[in-house]
Amino acid sequence: MGCIVKAETTSSPLGRYRVLDLTDVQGLMCGKILSELGADVIKIEKPGGDLSRNNGPFFHDKPHPQKSIHWFALNANKRSITLNIEYKDGQEIFKKLIKAADFIIESLSPGYLVNLGLDYSELSKTNPKIILTSITPFGQSGPYKDYKGCDIVYEALGGFMYCSGDPDRAPLRISVEQAYLQAGAQAAAATMIAHYYRLQTGEGQFIDISIHEAAVQAAQWSSFWWEGAKHLVHRAGNRAYRAGFSPRIIWPCKDGYFSWRIFVAQHGLRTKAMVDWMNSEGMGTKLKDIVWESLDFNQVSVEQFIAWEQEFSPFFLQHTKSELFEEAGKRGFILFPANDIKDIAENRHLQARGFWTQIEHPELGTSLTYPGATAIKSSELYYGPGLRAPLIGEHNEEVYVREMGFSKEEMACLTESGVI
Amino acid sequence: MRDSRREEALQPDALKGVKVVDFTWVIAGPTVTRLLAAHGATVVKVESSRRPDMFRAYVPMAEGVPGVNRCFTFDAYNSGKYSMTINVKTPQGLELANKLVRWADIVIESFAPGAMSAMGMSYEELKRTKSDIIMVSLSLLGQTGPDSSRAGFGTELQSFAGYTNLIHWPDREPSGTGLFYTDFIVPWYVICAIIAALEYRQHTGKGQWIDISQIEAGAELLAVPILDYMANSRIAAPSGNRCQCAAPHGAYRCQENDRWCAIAVFTNQEWQLFTNAIGDPAWAKEARFTTSLGRKQHEDELDKLIEAWTTNYPAEVIMSKIQAAGVAAGIVANGKDIHNDPQLKHRGHFKLLNHKEIGLHSYELPSWRLSKTPADIRMPSPCLGEHTHYVATEILGISDTEFIELMQAKVLE
Repeated sequence: MGCIVKAETTSSPLGRYRVLDLTDVQGLMCGKILSELGADVIKIEKPGGDLSRNNGPFFHDKPHPQKSIHWFALNANKRSITLNIEYKDGQEIFKKLIKAADFIIESLSPGYLVNLGLDYSELSKTNPKIILTSITPFGQSGPYKDYKGCDIVYEALGGFMYCSGDPDRAPLRISVEQAYLQAGAQAAAATMIAHYYRLQTGEGQFIDISIHEAAVQAAQWSSFWWEGAKHLVHRAGNRAYRAGFSPRIIWPCKDGYFSWRIFVAQHGLRTKAMVDWMNSEGMGTKLKDIVWESLDFNQVSVEQFIAWEQEFSPFFLQHTKSELFEEAGKRGFILFPANDIKDIAENRHLQARGFWTQIEHPELGTSLTYPGATAIKSSELYYGPGLRAPLIGEHNEEVYVREMGFSKEEMACLTESGVI
Repeated sequence: MRDSRREEALQPDALKGVKVVDFTWVIAGPTVTRLLAAHGATVVKVESSRRPDMFRAYVPMAEGVPGVNRCFTFDAYNSGKYSMTINVKTPQGLELANKLVRWADIVIESFAPGAMSAMGMSYEELKRTKSDIIMVSLSLLGQTGPDSSRAGFGTELQSFAGYTNLIHWPDREPSGTGLFYTDFIVPWYVICAIIAALEYRQHTGKGQWIDISQIEAGAELLAVPILDYMANSRIAAPSGNRCQCAAPHGAYRCQENDRWCAIAVFTNQEWQLFTNAIGDPAWAKEARFTTSLGRKQHEDELDKLIEAWTTNYPAEVIMSKIQAAGVAAGIVANGKDIHNDPQLKHRGHFKLLNHKEIGLHSYELPSWRLSKTPADIRMPSPCLGEHTHYVATEILGISDTEFIELMQAKVLE
């Protein structure tokens, strides 16, 4: 038990397809998802290894291109070959690879592949079924085409930051990078939509992903508040703008923080459930007779609301996150602790669902526990990582010699001339 | 760009012929079906006037006038869909819903686990109705596991998923986001799973049940810090707007009230370009600022000096000056700025459509641009039950006589 997946589920959704992954940190997530969907994803690295291998953190904090945790997390299940597509020989090899490929994903600057004669219109002559997904900071054209981006810039332009953080300080981003991962995951969805069209028609196409616009799509809220009400949704710290008012949403408790809010009307009974618990412990007597479900936000003054909130605070400080969460389960109010990464790694629910996957790292002499299964569970299909991320050019021989038929002598020549 | 493409007339839809019965509500599920509709899928949103999508009763309402068809929030996440009202708690209503299931390829729902079973529409029951049906169950915590029955919204769930703790000034309590972050992670996985299921059915004739949770999708986008914990026992610490390997790195106050510009300088070369762009002030040449490590070490002073410059100019001017020098910068966009963003305009991010009650206003297109099968929004969000008659008679082939009987029996409410 523990999931809807049947024991014999082994068929992978994209098991029969091959992806050539030319991305850097901006697009690695797209190939990661396609690999977890079962595709044979070949990461094409620069001879000597991709620069994204230099992204920390590192295993045991020892910086080394074969020990990047960042690389492990975003390249599990992929194969790796090295290839310099700026060289003529490299381009010829790339074109051969394309003949046997179904998807290409890349995050090179707009125009880079055009200059090499490897843009979609050229590649589709070699393989009309190919789907080419390009992930760039602001898209392939437009006034920002050549602008520089990075996580904080996308979160700023995308609208996330203006609605996050404390009102008396600068708008805030999420402390770990998100925009590239958002763009990669959205790129995977778009690629699958194009794949469905190809299944019906046999035709490939070109997909233009803008990391900037992906960040906008991941924060869709403030734009229609402006258009619909000329209201600028604003960061409000531990409060959040909801239904014309900003109820408190993040609260301190005995050992950390949690999310909960006072509901009225439709969800008012959930507030009553919390008040009942307080009353059972001799607290919150002032709140006892309030009929939360019959109240309307618009009829309650802000002062009244805040006065109620102050009645809850002392009660919360007497309880731990886990006590609050347990009681929420029993009494049916909506409350979730503010977990940190350790809490998530040790979460009982994720463990019970079999979310984690052990992957062997023979070179490190250990195995590491990965988040598994692309978050998808299916009664028929298998999703999830199986192999650790590849070493630099680990599959050169497998791909170039065994699959493409290059001779040992040709391999030596290509290596010496810096092509692979 | 998009508009000129549209003029090329009748580009095909990637998901033409895909039929979806949509029981989802609020944000995450409706976002999935909105995007499927934008690619040509036929989506029938099943609602009940007794318990409509809660966003129909939310704000902001057009002109501030309440009405189930006037909410901009509902409107934003439901374009391109048909709305049919059915009271599935009546036997005839359930039979009608099952007719939709027989028509459909995909049934998608985002109720608390168990709610579909309670309605007589569990996966096993749907399968008996249509053997190759694809059912997608989208929830906070998944269909199984000790806490699967917990109720809630993305607002609270994003704390459980680890994000609130990471939106946080190190010297303060977590502030979190006023948005719904995990609601905007899970849809991308759902779309991948749906296409995979359609292909599997095409090859095997089999349907399937898909279980996707916001908590797990959220964890996928924290894979790097999670693996860092697994390998190094490090618990990712909140860092405000700072970044381990860049300085300056933050949002800097600009000239007008609450206007900010994000700036990030990673390398010494970028530092050179940046200092040129701000007019080579004397302080920028001080030894403590000339190396990456020096700038990190003196980041508090550095931030103050930069803000003394940025407060002299509008945010847009700062962004242009710094980007012109080749360094990453971007205004902290509010809702109005997103409408005015020249790059989003160029990409055709917004499309104007006339909604019956809300009037002419803009809808947001998907972030991606597919060259042969571009997304489009054909219809505004539906009014409650707007297409009940159309779906019943045109899609399900119910006669007008039967339709009137169902109406009189209060099944279509």
